[in-house]
Amino acid sequence: MATDYEAVIGLEVHVELKTKSKIFCSCPTTFGGESNTHVCPGCLGLPGVLPVLNRKVVEYAIKAGLALNCEIAEFTKFDRKNYHYPDLPKNYQLSQFDLPICQQGYLEIEINDNQKKIGINRIHMEEDAGKLVHQGDNIARAEYSLVDCNRSSVPLLEIVSEPDMRSAEEARVYLEKLKAILEYLDISDCKMEEGSLRCDANVSIRPRGQRTLGTKTEIKNMNSFRSLQRAVEYEIERQIDAKEAGEPIVQETRGWDEVTGVTLSMRSKEEADDYRYFPEPDLPPLRIDRAWVEELQQQQPELPAARKERFIQDYGLPNYDAEILTNSRALADFYEASCSLYPNPKVVSNWVMGELLHLLNAENLEITQSRVTPERLAEMLQLIDKGTISGKLAKTVLEEMFKTGQPPQAIVQAKGLVQITDESALTIVVDQVLEANPKVVEDYRKGKGKALGFLVGQVMKQTRGQASPEVVNRLLKTRL
Amino acid sequence: MIISHEQVETMAFLNQIELSAEEKEQYTAQLNVILKYARILEQLDTSQVAPMIHVLPLYNVWREDEVGVGLDREQALQNAPESEEGYFKVPRIL
Amino acid sequence: MAKLNQLTIHALRDLLDSGQVSPTEVLDACLKRIEQVDPQVKAFITLIPEAARARAKQLEDLGKDKLATHSLAGIPFALKDNLCTKGILTTCASRMLANFIPPYDSAMVEKLEAACAITIGKANLDEFSMGSSTETSSFFPTANPWDLERVPGGSSGGSAAAVAADEVIFALGSDAGGSLRIPAAFCGLVGMKPTYGRVSRYGLISYAPSLDQIGPLTKDVTDCALVLNTIAGHDARDANSVPVEVPDYTSFLKEDLQGLRIGVPREYFFPGLDPRVKELVQKALLRLEELGAICEEVSLPHTEYALPVYHLISTAEASSTLARYDGVNYGYRAAADDLDTMLQKTRTEAFGPEVKRRIILGTYALSSGCYDAYYLKAQKVRTLIKQDFDQAFAQYDLLVSPTAPGVAFSFGEKEDPLSMYLLDFCTNPLNLAGLPGISIPCGFIQKMPVGLQFIGRPFSEGTLLQAAYAYEQSTEWHRQKPDLDNDCI
Repeated sequence: MATDYEAVIGLEVHVELKTKSKIFCSCPTTFGGESNTHVCPGCLGLPGVLPVLNRKVVEYAIKAGLALNCEIAEFTKFDRKNYHYPDLPKNYQLSQFDLPICQQGYLEIEINDNQKKIGINRIHMEEDAGKLVHQGDNIARAEYSLVDCNRSSVPLLEIVSEPDMRSAEEARVYLEKLKAILEYLDISDCKMEEGSLRCDANVSIRPRGQRTLGTKTEIKNMNSFRSLQRAVEYEIERQIDAKEAGEPIVQETRGWDEVTGVTLSMRSKEEADDYRYFPEPDLPPLRIDRAWVEELQQQQPELPAARKERFIQDYGLPNYDAEILTNSRALADFYEASCSLYPNPKVVSNWVMGELLHLLNAENLEITQSRVTPERLAEMLQLIDKGTISGKLAKTVLEEMFKTGQPPQAIVQAKGLVQITDESALTIVVDQVLEANPKVVEDYRKGKGKALGFLVGQVMKQTRGQASPEVVNRLLKTRL
Repeated sequence: MIISHEQVETMAFLNQIELSAEEKEQYTAQLNVILKYARILEQLDTSQVAPMIHVLPLYNVWREDEVGVGLDREQALQNAPESEEGYFKVPRIL
Repeated sequence: MAKLNQLTIHALRDLLDSGQVSPTEVLDACLKRIEQVDPQVKAFITLIPEAARARAKQLEDLGKDKLATHSLAGIPFALKDNLCTKGILTTCASRMLANFIPPYDSAMVEKLEAACAITIGKANLDEFSMGSSTETSSFFPTANPWDLERVPGGSSGGSAAAVAADEVIFALGSDAGGSLRIPAAFCGLVGMKPTYGRVSRYGLISYAPSLDQIGPLTKDVTDCALVLNTIAGHDARDANSVPVEVPDYTSFLKEDLQGLRIGVPREYFFPGLDPRVKELVQKALLRLEELGAICEEVSLPHTEYALPVYHLISTAEASSTLARYDGVNYGYRAAADDLDTMLQKTRTEAFGPEVKRRIILGTYALSSGCYDAYYLKAQKVRTLIKQDFDQAFAQYDLLVSPTAPGVAFSFGEKEDPLSMYLLDFCTNPLNLAGLPGISIPCGFIQKMPVGLQFIGRPFSEGTLLQAAYAYEQSTEWHRQKPDLDNDCI
């Protein structure tokens, strides 16, 4: 019998903080910009320039720690992590080693209505490296490389989970939830495509029931939630296959290739790494005042879990709706704004979760990029209530709103989409349909209820969907 | 011998420094003298002593999150051994 | 009549403020002296006579009354070449930075500019301040003006030689383990290492960040107080600079030491100490007692451990601090087809042997498996060393000791690294504890100067200056000048 394997997954997430200035100098953190224009002697690593800590970074780290149920250190410090790489101007990174600012927290995820706590091992502050641009199709074939230091010393939090995840789906859901929390805290843009949210996965397998951990590999280069799930799924399979084939699993770093859908070995010279961490002498240590932590705790915004509970309580939403709507701060804000203008929470939820998210996903847009505003959505829903448009027409109207950003009334008028409720006008169409379909009329009269639906459909088709389904139903029934 | 030739070579390698056979020999000998001298530290029982992390009783030295003036690109690249189109240029990475 | 370049800051102030001499005249005297003696002394890596002349002219245009409001107006000085100067070559005496032109000024340059002092040039040092003799400079060694066959001490040897040879009126240097005080002792000058955090390190090319501190090299104690008045103070760009108020240090210059309690740490009179130095220091102690001080023996039991602690910590910090020199963003770059070869060739070719030796030692102290036994152990013993001082200062206002174990030695005399490192025996414990220290002349051995060191509590520079001044005023050592003219014809 084949062995039943269990995957063990831990994630290391790097998130860029949206402070105005860098962590150790006052250069702007703005994304983009011409190469080497957001730099100073400090983040270029010129000799003699000293780091000065940005207080906001500490504040954001504490906020993240509180939101992830961590213990906030009373005493913490920065350490130098020493390694040579051309995107690291000082050839050491200021990071935190043995006394990180936050430790021992957890985050709750939900899969198929089951709750699971994922442990947070630590959160620490550090500086980002610069960016390398390789001239050529890839690093191996590049003739030379170019260095841009704009990102050098942008503040990062590294959030390290415990190896508590057991499937690729759990890993994805954990990352989505983590992103949601960081967005709610408003401390990061969390854009995976811009690199402000980056994730590495440590993956190993072991026979189910075994306590000790198997040899792990570290997977890099995943730039979306989907690629995280795919990469971890692939890696678990690869390790199981290797095990079954009696091949050893090597401790190494592997890169995810989005195109081919496989992980490939990047390097296995782990033994050559010796980061020689030691306390950064240029920065005095930190004593985190309990009163400050308390103050930040008081200021914490409502987090996804609390908001979800509130959505269930106050709006009477099902667990599923509440989970999806609150998983993005912007989406939940949109929903609440819409509800305040159109106080029928379930109807709003149906439209947001159904049509609107569908449209957004199709174009890979965020809710913040939506041209449909809560005001416009409410106006549209009111048009349905007034009978100006049918629910079916409303879908067309919403699509148009989504495309053009115009108000629903304008779309309805311009496209002549107003619902036809005029009975005399509809009677003519109804009669035409009945005349053209004698066989169906016969079926209905014999008791085939479904036939009515077909006839309604025919009338709607003739009126390009504008006929009021209510009136058409009534007219048909009287005629038959 | 406290530090071996191989260790001296590894330490140099971690710092991107190459040593000739002669240098390796000389450094190994000299560093062993120094490290042997450093062994007097072993005489002290420091199990109850906290390591010094900072010589001053200074804590929480920070600045507010404000953007200041940096270098323009020309100044940033002024000392670059090689640059191209606003970037520092380095030979290919193997 | 002494020449202008031979005078002290306070003597020149009187002449400049009263309009008897102009900044240009003072500057010209210095430049002339440099032309005359620097080919032998070799104190400077870079000279900027044109800029200095332009500055002198500019200051003259301000008028003497306005000038008199600036403490160091019109005083020519030298900077150790590890202090960054905007637009002016800053080499750290290394091939690595032989072409480096900083796009910014160090805090010291800003302060001295604001005080209207005139920069004449950048003085030689041991490469990246790693040495005690200025022999490890990648460019050339500097000679001791008292005997051109001997070293000036290090690492601020160029700064000290320039002052001792009367090429400048004062100079700035830096001190991580004795780099200001050893050259002061060897060259017969006053050299102060202030309390860690007293002076901003912004723009100082670091050797060991937790130990480095900038300070003055002057011809007498009064000048030391004047320069310290200008350079001390908080700077937000150095997180370790301390926001403690700066007193007027000249207010401490009194000739009375009545009731001052001075501890004499017995461990500083160690077997490596030249007995003639010991004798001079003992004479100085008698003089201090005559001036009203109470001198008593005290023990700093962990002194003998300071040297290895110092070398493990300073080299560990240096191995990391110097990692940035890789030929990517600035500095020397060796030609190569691929990055790894470029990095290795760059660092192998551009660093000198002492720098490599210290980088390797420091890396070893931090490496996995060695960290606890070396780096961490050293930081623990550092705590004990600081506690020794805390206990001593509970009883005494000051401590006094020799500065260096002997007088300046001949070039090449100390070939093995350990014997060179032993020079800092009496000076580096202060850096480990962050304390201020001052070295002043206390006599001569066969025409070579000997230094006396005072050690104080944190931020007690005033007390150090008081003791140093009272002693100095009761002696004639500081008035002696090297007889360079015969050597430099």
